[in-house]
Order: sequence, then structure tokens, then C-alpha cells
Amino acid sequence: MLRLERRASPSAVMRIASPMVAALAMIVTGFLLFTALGKDPIEAFYVFFVKPLSSTYGIGELLLKTTPLLLCGLGLALGFRANVWNIGAEGQLTMGAIAGGGLALWFGDSESAWAMPLMLLFGVLGGMAWAAIPAFLRTRFNTNEILVTLMLVYIAQLALSWLVHGPWRDPEGHNFPQSHGFGDAETMEILIEGTRTTWGIVYAVVLALAAWIFSQNTYAGFRMLVAGLAPAAAAYAGFSEKRNIWIALLISGATAGLAGICEVAGPIGRLQQEISPGYGFAAIIVAWIGRLHPIGVVFGALLMSLLYLGGESAQMGMSLPSAITGLFQGLLLFYLLAADLFITFRLKRVVVADGTEPKPTAAVKRAA
Amino acid sequence: MNPIVPMIASSVVAATPLIYAALGETITEKAGVLNLGIEGMMLVGAVAGFAATLATGSDLLGFTAAAAAGLALSLVFGFLTLSMQTNQVATGLALTLFGVGLSAFVGHDLAGVPLSALPPIDLPVLTQIPIVGPLLFHYDIMVYLSLVLFAAVQWFVSKSHAGLTMRAVGESPGVAHAIGKSVLTTRYLAVMFGGATAGIAGAYLSLVQTPMWVEGMSAGKGWIALALVVFGTWKPARVVLGAYLFGGVTQFQLFAQGFNLPIPTEFLSMLPYAATVVVLVIICRDPKTILLNQPASLGRSFHSTA
Repeated sequence: MLRLERRASPSAVMRIASPMVAALAMIVTGFLLFTALGKDPIEAFYVFFVKPLSSTYGIGELLLKTTPLLLCGLGLALGFRANVWNIGAEGQLTMGAIAGGGLALWFGDSESAWAMPLMLLFGVLGGMAWAAIPAFLRTRFNTNEILVTLMLVYIAQLALSWLVHGPWRDPEGHNFPQSHGFGDAETMEILIEGTRTTWGIVYAVVLALAAWIFSQNTYAGFRMLVAGLAPAAAAYAGFSEKRNIWIALLISGATAGLAGICEVAGPIGRLQQEISPGYGFAAIIVAWIGRLHPIGVVFGALLMSLLYLGGESAQMGMSLPSAITGLFQGLLLFYLLAADLFITFRLKRVVVADGTEPKPTAAVKRAA
Repeated sequence: MNPIVPMIASSVVAATPLIYAALGETITEKAGVLNLGIEGMMLVGAVAGFAATLATGSDLLGFTAAAAAGLALSLVFGFLTLSMQTNQVATGLALTLFGVGLSAFVGHDLAGVPLSALPPIDLPVLTQIPIVGPLLFHYDIMVYLSLVLFAAVQWFVSKSHAGLTMRAVGESPGVAHAIGKSVLTTRYLAVMFGGATAGIAGAYLSLVQTPMWVEGMSAGKGWIALALVVFGTWKPARVVLGAYLFGGVTQFQLFAQGFNLPIPTEFLSMLPYAATVVVLVIICRDPKTILLNQPASLGRSFHSTA
């Protein structure tokens, strides 16, 4: 018989191995699912995970989709470590896109060298402003940030919808709910020739390194780590909970806002109703797979990006609905959470010999 | 005709899925488990109910399938959080993300297929009474059943022995365990109840309110249901009252159109979400309200060493 037993200390090996176990379990489930759907699982595996990466353009797309996932994931991981549950990165991303994109529309076709840096700044500020609302409500009114950040996602998306249907709609856009295309100076430069990858991925990787330094080498990063691991110890040490909440939400809002402006000023090139296929939500999984560690998040973002590409590839190559991406993402997180059990617990074989079950003895019976 | 009566009537219909979902979550949370996966379970319930009714023509089978689907998902959540001790917040989020993906995948070919809505009941005399008739006696059966459910939950929580055990488990699982109550069983049952009702809530959207399957059709109602539990300070009666208030807020659009208010529809659609935030602020402003009412072990895993 097997029994769960708490480990003397958490297993460092399992902490790294668990995402791999989860990915493997997801692939096995995928095999079963494809077989059940009457598709050849080997071919499906190829279409999902190999084909998207078999060209320079494909690699470029991988990096392109990694950018928003990595940016959002970095901020969220930082917050989750400090027990601050920002799950509204999607809304902060949208607000970043609105703020930065609005500025791009104001610049019009100007060739100003200021346009792009200011747009990025506005994107960051837009995301931060949107994340400041839950930070204020949590610190001032004790309001749960999970629900507030989520509600603000819907509000941000409706605001964007109003803008592209109303005041910012392109009059020559054949009635599509979208703005003017951004000018050349308002569109990000392509990083790799022959792909759509922009400089956004460079910003994201630099920020990942910065986040690593922040969490490893700064006092603020240490305070947040303690607040997450041992809230009572953090309070005893006099670390301000409110300051941690503000830092966590502002940083995650900033990176999500940057992700938003990088999307609209990059591959999209204008404001429109749909600017993200749920990157902000997928980033929750990214943060978790990356073990809430900035460098781990890079790998998490790459994997999640591949799932998006695989879903698109499966839609085109095997006429499967692209929603399969969401299915795999959810499964992956389930498997990961389950596998994480073995960081703190282990399975132990317990030998139960016959007749060793304690039985009520005669002495007890007499006493009763 | 007076526009107030249809507005109230449509508010009641809008509130009904919230009642199912929020009452279920109230029970789940009373047992000390925070399930953030309502949105996902609702969507899966919506697609399962729609598919079942489309295939069989029976609304009863549709709602049964939806309840079963929600229950099945909640069992996954229960297994992970209760048996595998995973973080409840993260697992709930995973459940929602999974449910969104699963429902979109399963419902891919069902999108846009029309289905006739569950008709309102027609009582011979009562329905004809002016004002009172359409206000009280002209809803579909699920509206009345939601009130039956409310009465049952209210009784269960405050009057029954099993309800007392459940509250004990939610307040202090260690003590409940020490006096021989099974924390695990109680929590599993509470989670399953929440799953089944969330499934029914979803099916109400796809079988009655809309009636069709649209990807992501719950549009945050699962999250609003979670907020309602806080708003109702974990008391069934207040949760239901809150649901009706929210139903009213979501139907404000009709009212605005009736009076030709010059507000863009997007802003009107923001109302329920903005109202949720406002309501949460009002309730949570005083930390004592939460401290006194929230089940003490909410969100914490329980691992018996004995």
C-alpha cells in the first residue's frame, strides 16, 4: 500500500521536475484525446509541437507570442510570490494598449523620434493606473484584489470596444470596429528579418533579468518573498503589507501595460476590439509553470506560446478548433498543481501485514 | 404599457443563474473551501446542458446533464485541493481556465445553433391578473426552483444537523476532525453541491436566457456570483437578495433604452462589473464584517496526520 508522507524538507528536484512531469502528462492526455477524436496522434503531435517551429518565420512567431506572455507572467509571478493575486493582467494589458495606442493616434503620421518611447511609457502608465485601482481598494478598503482585478478586465475591454466603435473609429475602415493604422514612427521595428518579431521580446528578456536581480538582490524583493512564504514573520519583522501590495500590483500592471502597447504597436498596428487571445490569463499559468521565478517564467512563456502556435497550426492543418489551446493550458496547470504535491510530500510504501490491525481487546470490553 | 413590470420580470430572470451559482458557492465556502472555478463550471454546464437538450429535446435532461458536468468538474477540483492539498486559489483559477477551454472546444460545432427556450409556466387565472400576474406567476420553472433551492439551503445551513457539521468543518476543521467528523467527506460533498448548482446556472443561460451556445457566454457571471457570496456575508438570504439587486443592475440597459438616455451601450454593459467592485468595497470596508462572517478556515488545506 502506498501512503503520502510529508518530506523532511521540500524537494528541490521535484520543484524543477514537476513542470516537466506536467508537460509530459499533458502530452499523454493529448495523445489519448487525439486518438479518441479519430486523429493520428503522431501526426497531431507533429502539427502541434514541431511544425510551427520548422521555419524562421515560425520561430519568429514563437518569440512574438512569447513577448506578452513573458511580460505579463513576470509581473504576476512577482505578485503571486508575495501572495498578491492579480488575475486581471488581461485588463491592464488592454489599458496599456488604450493609453499607448491613443497616443499613437494623436501622433498620427508624425515622424517624431519621441513617438515610440512616449507610447511605450504611456502603455506602462496605463497598465499601472489600471492596477492602482485594486491596489488602492485592497490597501484602503480591504477589498479582495482577485475579484476587483477580474472585474476591471471586463470594464477595460468594454472601454476599448467603445473607443473603436465610437470616437477612435477609422472613418475609412469600412465600418470595422478599428482605429486608423499607426504611422511608421508609431510602429515597432522588426527585430529579425523575415519574421514579425519586434523589439518587444528584447524588452521582455531584459525585464526578466531585472526581475531576477530585483527578487534576488534587493531588500524590497526580499520583503515580498517573506510576505509570501511567511506572512506572520513579515508582519513581525515590520514589513509593510500595504507597500508589498502596491509594489506587486504596480509592477505587474506596468509589465502588462507594456505587453499591451507592444501588441498594438507591433503585430496588430492599430487599435481594434480584439487585441489579445487571453494572454493575460494564460500568463497566470506561465507564472506557475515558471515556479514564480523570473528565469523560469521565460521557459513558461515559451511553452505557452508554443501551445498557442500549436493550436493555430492544428486548426489549419487538422481542422481542429483552436480552442484546444485553452483546453491544454488548463490541463497543464491542473497537472502541474497535482505534481507539485510531491515537492512537499512523497509516496511511501507501507507494508500492512495481516492481523496487525488493532482489534478491541477483551480488557477494553470488560472496562466498557 | 408600464415599462417597470417587464423590467422587474427580466431582472428576476437575470438574477436566477446568479442565485444558483452563488448559493452553491455559499455552501462550498461554508465548508471552508474557496472554489474560484465557478465561471469554468458554468460554461461547461452551459454547453453540456445545451448539447443534451439539443440531442434529446428534453429540458430536464439538459439541466441534469449540466448539473452532472458541473459536478464532474468540481470533483476534479475537490480531488486536487482536498486529496492532493493543492492551493485552492490556483486550482480554482485553473478550473476556470480549463472550463473556458473545454467548453469552447466541445461547443465548437454548437455555436449559433438555435434552440427554443424553456417556456414560462402559464397558470390559468393567476397569470392573467394585471401587474401581479406577469410579476409573480409568469416565469419558467427554474425561477421557482431557485427559490425552493434557497429555502432548502437556508434550512440546511441554519437548522439541520448536517449543516451544523458543515459549518464546524468550515470554522475549525481541526476540532471537527477531533470530534470524529470527516472533514474530507463534508468538504467533498460541499464542493460537489457547488459544482452541480454552477452547472445548472450555466444551463440556465444557454437554455433559458439566451437560448443558444456562445463561447464564453457566462461573461463573468461566475465571478459575480463569487462576489455575491461576500456581499451576502455568507448568509443565503442576503446572497439571494444581492442576486436580485444585480439582476436589476444588469437589466438597467432596458430601462435606459426606454427613456432614451444618451449613454453608449458599452458603458451600460460595464455597470454590473463596476457595481460588483463598489459593492465589494462597501462590504469589505470594515474588516470586522469579513472577520466575523467569513468561515475561519476558508481557503486553507486540511491534512489530518492521524
